[in-house]
Amino acid sequence: MHIPDGYLSPSTCLTLGVVMLPIWYKASAKLKKDLDVKQVPLLSMGAVFCFLIMMFNVPIPNGTTAHAIGATLVAIIFGPWAAVIAMSVALAIQAIVFADGGILAFGANTFNMAFVAPFVGYYVYQFISKNAPQGSIRQLAAGAIASYVGINCAAFVASIEFGIQPLLFTAVDGTPLYCPYGLAVAIPAMMVAHLTVAGFIEGIVTVAALKFMAVQPVEMLPSQTNKNREAV
Amino acid sequence: MMKRYWMAIAVLIIFSPLGLLADGTAWGEWGGDDLSETLGYIPQGMQNVQDLWAGIFPDYSISFFGESSLGQSIGYVIAAIIGSAMVYGLSLLLTKMIASKKNSILSCSNK
Repeated sequence: MHIPDGYLSPSTCLTLGVVMLPIWYKASAKLKKDLDVKQVPLLSMGAVFCFLIMMFNVPIPNGTTAHAIGATLVAIIFGPWAAVIAMSVALAIQAIVFADGGILAFGANTFNMAFVAPFVGYYVYQFISKNAPQGSIRQLAAGAIASYVGINCAAFVASIEFGIQPLLFTAVDGTPLYCPYGLAVAIPAMMVAHLTVAGFIEGIVTVAALKFMAVQPVEMLPSQTNKNREAV
Repeated sequence: MMKRYWMAIAVLIIFSPLGLLADGTAWGEWGGDDLSETLGYIPQGMQNVQDLWAGIFPDYSISFFGESSLGQSIGYVIAAIIGSAMVYGLSLLLTKMIASKKNSILSCSNK
């Protein structure tokens, strides 16, 4: 889902970059207000986790590959605004150091994976897991479904960004200037990859990580740290 | 507890070469050469920005370790370590900068 440079027109990149500015601003304002400095190392580990999980490419039946992104997991644990920052950091290093995702397309890639995925995932999770006890089947199922929906919404938005390019931008001779595949190709291709494989991987990753965290002493979990802070 | 989380991160790094097993490229992430093979041409606008930025270790590969599958795997693990360190460092820097602007937090950070 890391859109390279050249697939989106400069105007598409600019638009999504501008859209991301207030989101990053709001995210840092939210973190400034809510983030306990004790959570900083844990949140940064969350960013590292997302970075690493994106290295696990899995084959897709149509000959392409895809991977989980970890966005919903980080949004469940730290909240969607913290996930915006964690995902953006991981995506920035991927683009700059590993050329995974374009520099110009950074706004688009962060919009898809650092905004759409964690927010959709977070609200689906909240809706399903409401009042579910920690570690219960319903809580884990909520995590799995939210992750599946979150990554698929991000993939869908990415496929729209790809697919509108040949409609909007063609050279004088009629050939596409950027992504050559229209909506009729881009949407099915992206959605097959994520509905059939990557969505399930994302769900499994979230459940595994939630189970892993649920066995931890709870006093260090973020929600609990806030209570501790108030008690001091 | 943090130690257990770091162990989990280490396990992910060690097993990261599993991600190399999947052949092919993600949809829409082909380079210009791959695309011209399928299309017969490289879209003009794409050609213009193709050489804009090649990254430091493109595709998480470190050519120093060679092209053998062992060399690629070692390179991938090293890339995972370098990337993890950079993501962790940048995230710490950013979130600390954001969080430290709040005085009330500073007052209870040294306990």
